[in-house]
Amino acid sequence: MANGRTLYDKVWDSHTVDILSTGQTQLFVGLHLIHEITTAPAFDMLREQGLDVAFPQRTFATVDHIVPTDIRTRPFLDSQAEELTQVLEKNVGEFGIDFFGLDSDKQGIVHVIGPQLGLTQPGMTLACGDSHTSTHGAFGALAFGIGTSQVRDVLATQTLAMDRLKVRRINVDGSLAQGVYAKDVILNIIRKLGVAGGKGFAYEYGGAVIDRMNMEERMTVCNMSIEGGALVGYVNPDATTFEFLKGRTYAPKGADFERAVAYWKSVASDAGASYDDVVSMNGSDIEPTVTWGINPGQSVGISEKLPRPEGFSDPEGAKKAYEHMGWKPGSPILGTPIDVAFVGSCTNSRLSDLRAAAAIAKGRKVHSGIRALVVPGSAEVKALAEKEGLHNIFTQAGFEWRAAGCSMCLAMNPDKLQGREICASSSNRNFIGRQGSPGGRTLLMSPAMVAAAALNGKVVDVREYLQ
Amino acid sequence: MGWRKLDQGYIRMNEDRRIKRIFGTAVPVRGNDIDTDRIIPARYLKEATFARMGEYPFYDERFDDAGKLKPHPLNDARFKGASILLVNKNFGCGSSREHAPQALHRFGIHAIVGESFAAIFAGNCVMLGIPAVAVGEREIEELMGLTVSDPQTQFVLDIDSKKLSYGAGKSMPVAIPETSRKALLEGSWDSTAMLHANLSKVKNIAAILPYMTGFKG
Repeated sequence: MANGRTLYDKVWDSHTVDILSTGQTQLFVGLHLIHEITTAPAFDMLREQGLDVAFPQRTFATVDHIVPTDIRTRPFLDSQAEELTQVLEKNVGEFGIDFFGLDSDKQGIVHVIGPQLGLTQPGMTLACGDSHTSTHGAFGALAFGIGTSQVRDVLATQTLAMDRLKVRRINVDGSLAQGVYAKDVILNIIRKLGVAGGKGFAYEYGGAVIDRMNMEERMTVCNMSIEGGALVGYVNPDATTFEFLKGRTYAPKGADFERAVAYWKSVASDAGASYDDVVSMNGSDIEPTVTWGINPGQSVGISEKLPRPEGFSDPEGAKKAYEHMGWKPGSPILGTPIDVAFVGSCTNSRLSDLRAAAAIAKGRKVHSGIRALVVPGSAEVKALAEKEGLHNIFTQAGFEWRAAGCSMCLAMNPDKLQGREICASSSNRNFIGRQGSPGGRTLLMSPAMVAAAALNGKVVDVREYLQ
Repeated sequence: MGWRKLDQGYIRMNEDRRIKRIFGTAVPVRGNDIDTDRIIPARYLKEATFARMGEYPFYDERFDDAGKLKPHPLNDARFKGASILLVNKNFGCGSSREHAPQALHRFGIHAIVGESFAAIFAGNCVMLGIPAVAVGEREIEELMGLTVSDPQTQFVLDIDSKKLSYGAGKSMPVAIPETSRKALLEGSWDSTAMLHANLSKVKNIAAILPYMTGFKG
């Protein structure tokens, strides 16, 4: 087929309600996920305008961003966290929205629970007031991170006024070496294409490396699309996708499931689909990767030296990164000391992430003076991990084992860096101040690399543990 | 267009939402890839309303641990009262927090001129009726230089003609997505009413999407 269509085209077209007077598309939103942080003013605006929630059965709520991950008795010690949680509880009650609160076994980070419950499905549009909503693209859904006023629009109309994106196909061919994970793949894609490279594009990830990935790995890749500037990232649904969804709470069952699979297959990009751009890279070129700067595009392979600012298209940006981080071009990333290790976040807090970190930590000890946290992405991930004893591996090694939430990824709860601390983190952003201290420093890496760094008190090559 | 003074900053009056022209002085904030965590640190997202956001833009860059002022263009008396923010590339990358444009808007910024904007931030600006328009690298350097040498330079951003006029008779073209330009000029940037008017069409689409009915045969 010379003029095949992409998944993006198919899903966009099937969800188009109207072309608005502005030229924007009014796009139907199949699933809306909300949490305690970006929604309170949206509900206030609904009340002010006397509007109801149009499709309350298509919005699901949880608490993740602000919740403590240690002591969870109510009221929370942080009165603002308590207030925002109460506001959400009141809003979901008043508007009849399903809510997975702290006492629910379905509670967790929005981008972990949507897929885990089978709410996220191929061929769907999805929105959430959180930029990492692109995670759900792993299922072949078009998933948009939105602002609060857009949350209001989705609540009031189940639609958004949107501009159509172009589609860039990103092929990751070949295979990954041992010790190289999905996190390393996406960090390298962002390094290659830049943090603004995806502006105006949806990213379609494919190629042998992506095809072989399990759903959790695909979620890690799609999760950080926004760090590359792409509002949307997705992987075409395949047998791996369908197998993952089978039997999940909100997935169709029996004959309905068979009909669903036929539909899901039909939304995948056609073999001859045309793309606005195509980029290819080889998975075997990727090493364990660590960020050294203040945006996720500033990363190096573990064997590399820190680059010279002059080599960047934006030398001033690189200089600012060095100024904040306090190290010098030409020095190795290997051996960089750390103070804190964090395994968690919507990028890397799923069961396979915890297994990868536990495999490194097993029978070993966290280096003295290092604060190390493992924060599962959901109550279910926590329960499954405990069932296979991962919590014991972590606690015996000296990691703290916490309850589910966003935690130190954005430090809206008590889990924060102090002063100039350096954190080896499996999260998604190394922005200045991101982990709760204006002077704090973040090194992004895979969960296995975080565990290895925790054991050594410095950045090491995780492959040393895997031979 | 009318402005109404609230407790903090100004908010556009409801009567006429059409945005045709923004005028005033400008303030430059230099640097590429300025993320929304820098524009507003996450701890201020713990407030249940946007009411006080005007106190917080670039907080950690403007105030030290003791709350004392640090050197920053938004603290600089020369730029006080500026209504146009001048920025470089990929401004507003990162988190989707609408608190970022809310903070700038309530601080007094009513238009942003820059080299480029991150996708979600640009979308949020449209939703708030804040024009975010693009000019080239050389052009933004010229505008920033001019503002620094003469902070009283007056700017007029005309949305319809996509033109930024400044100083004594100078002007340059600006780029803005056509859909955003129309939304501002029509006043439909506050999109709920426009979307809500189509609710029967929305229900028709919902009825034919197979997942909305659970794939029942």
